[in-house]
Amino acid sequence: MPNESRIDQLREEAWAKGIVTGCGVDVAGGPIPQKPGYYGQPVVRPPVWTWEIPIYFFAGGVGGMSAVIAFGALLFHHFDVARAAMWIAAIASVLSPVLLILDLGRPHLFINMLRVFKPQSAMSMGAWILVAFGVCVVPGLIALELQAFQLFAGALDQILGVAEGILVFGSAIFGMLLATYTGVLIGATAIPAWFLHHKLLPIHFGTAGLGSAAALLELLGHRIAPLNAIGLFAAAFETVLLIWLSIDKHGVADRAIHQHGSGWLIRIGEMLTGPIPLVLRFFGVIPLAATSFLVGALISRFGWIAVGKISGRDPEAVFASQR
Amino acid sequence: MIGEGTHSTNQRRHTYARDNVEVGFFTDPTVCIGCKACEVACKEWNHVPDDGFVWSGNSYDNTGHLGASTWRHVMFVEQDRQKGGQIVGSHSLGDTNGENPFRWIFLSDVCKHCEEAGCLEACPTGAIVRTEIGSVLVQNDVCNGCGYCVVSCPFGVIDRRPQPLPDAGGAFKCTFCYDRQKSGLTPACAKACPTESIVFGRLDDLRARAMQRVQQLREHGYADAQLYDPTETSVRGTHAFFLILGEPEAYGLPPKPQIPTIHLKAAWTAAFATAIGAIVVTLCAFAFS
Repeated sequence: MPNESRIDQLREEAWAKGIVTGCGVDVAGGPIPQKPGYYGQPVVRPPVWTWEIPIYFFAGGVGGMSAVIAFGALLFHHFDVARAAMWIAAIASVLSPVLLILDLGRPHLFINMLRVFKPQSAMSMGAWILVAFGVCVVPGLIALELQAFQLFAGALDQILGVAEGILVFGSAIFGMLLATYTGVLIGATAIPAWFLHHKLLPIHFGTAGLGSAAALLELLGHRIAPLNAIGLFAAAFETVLLIWLSIDKHGVADRAIHQHGSGWLIRIGEMLTGPIPLVLRFFGVIPLAATSFLVGALISRFGWIAVGKISGRDPEAVFASQR
Repeated sequence: MIGEGTHSTNQRRHTYARDNVEVGFFTDPTVCIGCKACEVACKEWNHVPDDGFVWSGNSYDNTGHLGASTWRHVMFVEQDRQKGGQIVGSHSLGDTNGENPFRWIFLSDVCKHCEEAGCLEACPTGAIVRTEIGSVLVQNDVCNGCGYCVVSCPFGVIDRRPQPLPDAGGAFKCTFCYDRQKSGLTPACAKACPTESIVFGRLDDLRARAMQRVQQLREHGYADAQLYDPTETSVRGTHAFFLILGEPEAYGLPPKPQIPTIHLKAAWTAAFATAIGAIVVTLCAFAFS
């Protein structure tokens, strides 16, 4: 890209030789520009979000769905699994706001997120879901740990049991919203490749979150049948979503999903969360299946942000999505 | 005469802000001379930092597009079409006996101040508000720079200002010179416009004038003159509308802009269905295996 230093070069050349031979700057594609739209300039703005956001999507998905698994485990007396799952949820509930605050342009004003409660803004709802999740998860984990170490006896222990049940249930409710709202967040935007898949995105993010939570628990040593069943279901469902995405094509409008580097990230993410862990689980290679799913889920979140960046810079995609 | 009938209120003091009157911009490229006085006036009044010193090679446009530090942007559109009753002759490209027409159009782009604004709906801090004159305003001291408005604007107007520019981190766009309007002054760009290509005034007056102007131009042979004011879409019209010659795509304007909140219902339904599905699957997995 030429800049002002070219002016100095021209002045120096004129001073030394008395005449300037070259051009100031080459005319781009002149005399009539052939680029799409206005000189190929983007029509909408690509997202300004950096690496923190895809990692947050991943952490929120794993943490949120871990709370769901914790609730199921607690209900069916898998006490160890419930404790491990709540630990994952609690770590995610601390890590997520840190990642979100890091990505803010003005991190010191992060508390302004809680100035308003705005149902029509998915970002506002997300902030409140995250707060509610944290409020349930952290005391829920403390209650669970207090019971595990049997610090109290009698009536106090019973009250603790009730509190723990309510808090874990609350964690599960807000956890499943935390894992799925991120799909709404990027689905309800002006970026063509995102809004054209506003129904698929929450389903994909939620399923990836559930599968990742089960996979992480398995990798932590909880190799029980229910987690394998969840993992199997998630991998099968991700395979279905892969087929959906390859059928539901919108041509130029969502080409960022099928072309460029972003397309590869999406494809690799889909393969690692869909068919590959599905086959591996059928053959009982659970650690490998779990690792594949986790890596795939992470790559896929980076893929969707990359899709947004490329689609947002593509004027033809915007026109194609509207004509 | 072309140009007649579009008397603006650009130079007069007004009481619109006091009387809660909705105001707007009507930008007419057929009288724009591409002087960029609007860009300069905007930068000076609002203390907007530079947006990069780059030669684009795209006609005389080195500004590029609207952004955090570009609130007015004069476009230089080059097309191989006839402009109104333009006589194709020695000014055409090459010496093909005037068979290749060429037209050069200047249009000053600005925030559209939508009736249903994507950025305003998306803002999670309440930093973006609707003012009494109908404009959309970012309260700079409230914005924490989450960047959600950036992807929610169907026109790609608002953006987050990067480091190391002054006041970095927050989202910025045209303020419709809210401070000037509070004092009864005209927005800086309209005040500076030497040809009244940017017309400022009451929204209802302006719409009527814009329609009149389109009619007038059509009568004078500008067959492809039209008003760009997306009232038919979910944006439901804008407070800054444009007269354009030809298709909106050539100006980088979306042909049918939609406010992103129209996708919310379906997306949340999918999210709730997934959430319930996840809990059912988990409970079944623990119950039956």
